[in-house]
Amino acid sequence: MSSEKGSEPLFSKKNKKLITDPLTDNNPVTIQVLGICSALAITVQVNQAIVMSLSVLFVIIMGNLIVSLLRNLIPSRIRIIVQLLVVASLVIIVDQVLAAFLPDLSSKLSVFVGLIITNCIIMGRLEAFAMANKPWPSILDGLGNGLGYGAILIIVAVFRELFGSGTLMGIPIFGNPLPGEESGLYAMGYQNNNMMILPPMALIITGIIIWVQRSRNKALIEEH
Amino acid sequence: MAINKESNQFTFGFAIGLVVILGVILAVLSEGLKPYKDKNVRIKKQLDILSAMMDVEKEGITRANAEVEFKKYVKLEDAVILDYTGKVKKSEEGVSAFDIDIKKEFRDKTLAEKDKNYPLFVATDKSKNTRYIIPVVGKGLWGPIWGYICLDKDMNTVLGVSFDHKTETPGLGAEINKPFFMDRWKSSKISDEQGNFMKYEVVKDNSGATKGDSKIDGITGGTITSKGVEEMVNRTLKIYATYFKNKKS
Repeated sequence: MSSEKGSEPLFSKKNKKLITDPLTDNNPVTIQVLGICSALAITVQVNQAIVMSLSVLFVIIMGNLIVSLLRNLIPSRIRIIVQLLVVASLVIIVDQVLAAFLPDLSSKLSVFVGLIITNCIIMGRLEAFAMANKPWPSILDGLGNGLGYGAILIIVAVFRELFGSGTLMGIPIFGNPLPGEESGLYAMGYQNNNMMILPPMALIITGIIIWVQRSRNKALIEEH
Repeated sequence: MAINKESNQFTFGFAIGLVVILGVILAVLSEGLKPYKDKNVRIKKQLDILSAMMDVEKEGITRANAEVEFKKYVKLEDAVILDYTGKVKKSEEGVSAFDIDIKKEFRDKTLAEKDKNYPLFVATDKSKNTRYIIPVVGKGLWGPIWGYICLDKDMNTVLGVSFDHKTETPGLGAEINKPFFMDRWKSSKISDEQGNFMKYEVVKDNSGATKGDSKIDGITGGTITSKGVEEMVNRTLKIYATYFKNKKS
């Protein structure tokens, strides 16, 4: 059993890397290309992306923590089912809390909160990290990956909302687009790009982020 | 003695234990949050009803003050419940028109036509004019659609509608809850001079429907949802038109 006391400081170099790596060179979305489906679905508005990121952050941190605490007890034959149970329960908690306190956002996110269960990032981290590591590093790993996922989600959402609806977090940026009372850029003939609202654009933006990231850091390009 | 955690007994015990613990936690949470969720559903319904009658945003009605504002405009004690022939149902004790879940009744295949309820809300606007608000429910392409239709005091002219949906295609069918589509229903009439119901027809967008006529421009690319709205409105309004006809004569 793991009774040895961790003698290393809470934020040792190794632990810090757990948070910073997923934000940069090991981002779960752009490098591992996991969790793409939700990046397509709920990045039309920044608000939704933020709530989704927070939900995933909560689920991944708590999931990592619980699985890590149980890691020496979980029978290996049913470990995937156990992980799934933990994730599913956490997702239901998030869903219920959103429905109770943020009803409007909850109805907009609708099925996508439930689909956090199938977010490969979470199951991936539970299986690859939490099953083999102590609780504290697992929490940090969850935090790092959750933030890495959220960062991409929000970047994509900023582009999509700004150019698709002309707003950011619901606040008009380019002026008033209503026909007859246009102002700002719209008065000069600017039009929102409806393509931005459609799912393919999320894929294209994610692709551009991957391209930019890999062209800045050649080490990330896989050899064939 | 160390437990053999790969044994069948331990595996089963662990699985059962975990499920029980998680089940209890979730059940407690769900029950604990139920009052909040019920309140949210109630307020959403009140907002939907009011938005058929007026521009809720302009009037400054939000979730926070919806319950107070709702009471100001809608007199629930005047609401009636109709059956499918348009006759007023004998009201059962303790059943309020507001609490009738027509979405549930619509989905329930085992419920006989004659047992279905059709609530009619009576409201007054700011200048004390009577307004009739009719809830409608139907199905779109992917899931349920529903809405409220507000009639003027002549029980004929549509003053406004509010439609909503659960899972229609964004940008296409989902547009039924956008003002541009809902405005197209304004000032149309539900019955002719004799009080007989006139069917609505949702036609191709820009195919010459004029405001106030029974032809309504649909949404390009959202044909099935548009037709779903048409079916929903016709099926429901027919019942209410009969009621209004009898009431007027």
